[in-house]
Amino acid sequence: MKSVLAVAEKELKDGLRNRWLIAITLIFAVMASGIAWFGSASVGSVGFSSVANTITSLSSLNVFLLPLIALLLSYHAIVGEDEDGTLLLLLTYPITKGELLFGKLIGQTSILAIATIIGFGSACLSILFFADGVIAADLFSAFGLFILSAILLGMIFICLAYVISSWVSEKSKAAGLALITWFFFVLIYDMGLLGLLVATEGQVHADIFPYLLLLNPTDIFRLVNLVTFETNGTGLLSIASDQSFSLSGLLISMVIWIVLPFSLAYYRLKRRPI
Amino acid sequence: MSIIQLENISHQFGNLSVLDSLSLNLNKGEVLGLFGHNGAGKTTSMKMILGLLEPTQGTIKVFGESPCSSNFNHFRYQIGFLPENVSFYQELTGLEVLQFFAKLKKVSLTRCEQLLQKVGLSDAASRKVKTYSKGMKQRLGLAQAILTEPSLLLLDEPTVGLDPIATQEFYDIVDHLKNNGCSIILCSHVLPGVEKHIDKVAILSKGQLAAFGSIQDLRKQTPLATRINFSGCFDIEKLSNKLGIAITSEDDGNFSIQISSQDKLNIVKTLLAQPGINNLDTVPPSLEQLYRHFVLDESKNKNEEFEKLNCEKINQEPSSDTPKQEKNKKRDAL
Repeated sequence: MKSVLAVAEKELKDGLRNRWLIAITLIFAVMASGIAWFGSASVGSVGFSSVANTITSLSSLNVFLLPLIALLLSYHAIVGEDEDGTLLLLLTYPITKGELLFGKLIGQTSILAIATIIGFGSACLSILFFADGVIAADLFSAFGLFILSAILLGMIFICLAYVISSWVSEKSKAAGLALITWFFFVLIYDMGLLGLLVATEGQVHADIFPYLLLLNPTDIFRLVNLVTFETNGTGLLSIASDQSFSLSGLLISMVIWIVLPFSLAYYRLKRRPI
Repeated sequence: MSIIQLENISHQFGNLSVLDSLSLNLNKGEVLGLFGHNGAGKTTSMKMILGLLEPTQGTIKVFGESPCSSNFNHFRYQIGFLPENVSFYQELTGLEVLQFFAKLKKVSLTRCEQLLQKVGLSDAASRKVKTYSKGMKQRLGLAQAILTEPSLLLLDEPTVGLDPIATQEFYDIVDHLKNNGCSIILCSHVLPGVEKHIDKVAILSKGQLAAFGSIQDLRKQTPLATRINFSGCFDIEKLSNKLGIAITSEDDGNFSIQISSQDKLNIVKTLLAQPGINNLDTVPPSLEQLYRHFVLDESKNKNEEFEKLNCEKINQEPSSDTPKQEKNKKRDAL
């Protein structure tokens, strides 16, 4: 366990040094505050509207940004160390490949978690202090869940990045694949699903269709932040709104989305030629 | 006690044979120099000893255990390794990098500062590694390799990028570890200067062991000449006749002869008995000469065999080719 923590600490230090942490925190804080105060500018009003609106808008924007940040943070985790020769060296140390990978996950998740908590937390506090008629308990529970699910979403994409990173032999290839992964989950998947729905004129079995959303972690993230509010999702998510997914079920499926890619990354790392 | 034992190790990457029935052993407190051209299989052998690569054939025992087995992990505290061309975490300082590795080996953090001082990096300890020169990175690499006074140290091209003084300091550290009972494998392209720090030599050529043993053993196996330099006042022709060898006069007024190692003793005796000789110096074949001999010999033998085989083939197949075409064919085949 000590080796895991040593690796995690090193990753965190790395993240602090190359200004990743500060950059992400700032992006999150600006994004969250901007949406909280100017989110309803398009409908003609400026100022805080409601917690539900803020969280819904935040989650639809975050779904683009967070996976990209997580992938950029982690795509070189294994292949980068391999290119630098440190992977070869590390494996001669008394540390297993599993400990190495797990340490990296903890360290890089910490970077994302700190940025998420500070960035979105500060927006949450600014709402609490400056907006009128906000119930603190509602605000905290909504933002708490949002931050938790954001961290889980980040972990999912960190693990997906590990799969890529432990598979390929060049850093540039890993970067390309990471971008493709982002593009697929964030843009292509939902569009494809919507296309399928339209093309089949809704012939797809209504009970099955919502579950297809669970195959995309970004959709799960948006669902998590919808189910607590009475509002219906827009677009594809409106289908799932009728189907009542439980919050715990959604969170469990996010955890599965972490465990599976992590195991796959570990399997690939085990077989990676050194 | 054998620290490392390789028996008939072979390794193939697909169809490419990287190592072919390699056998060698290393005892406690011995320093083995592992030499060979690029791609001779030096790094592959090191990876196998470290348990990063499993041989296609043969057995490896390090500390009496297979390095690929899960039981081997606790021996890793006693192993130090300096890889070739390692570039450490650029954003961390030298001290932080060393402390990271120290934590993995459960070494106290105070030792890191001592080690940095030992390798001459204490002034740069708080500078980021990305500002380090190649030599400084190499020293940092050495520091991490000797974090735990190791029992086995593997060094892949350790003196690349080091200036002569740093190289000397490096060998001082190697000698010190060896005297404390550490077994060391030293892989290098730079042969001059290595000689006096190693006990055994293994020369790899195209994945095969071309020579293995002490330098003395290797010298005995070769017909390479030992050189004797001497100076003094005497009749060259008489002496030359007496020895039965031509004496070369050097530009600096000294004389030299080339003899085989078997004749050495008799000739030295004769020279000592010769009045007028006031200085005498024997220079055995250097490691570089031995290396050239074994590597070139090996490839020459192989080429000869190949040529012979080809000639036989050509002779067996009666063809209507003109002699010129045949010659071209032979050249192509070679």
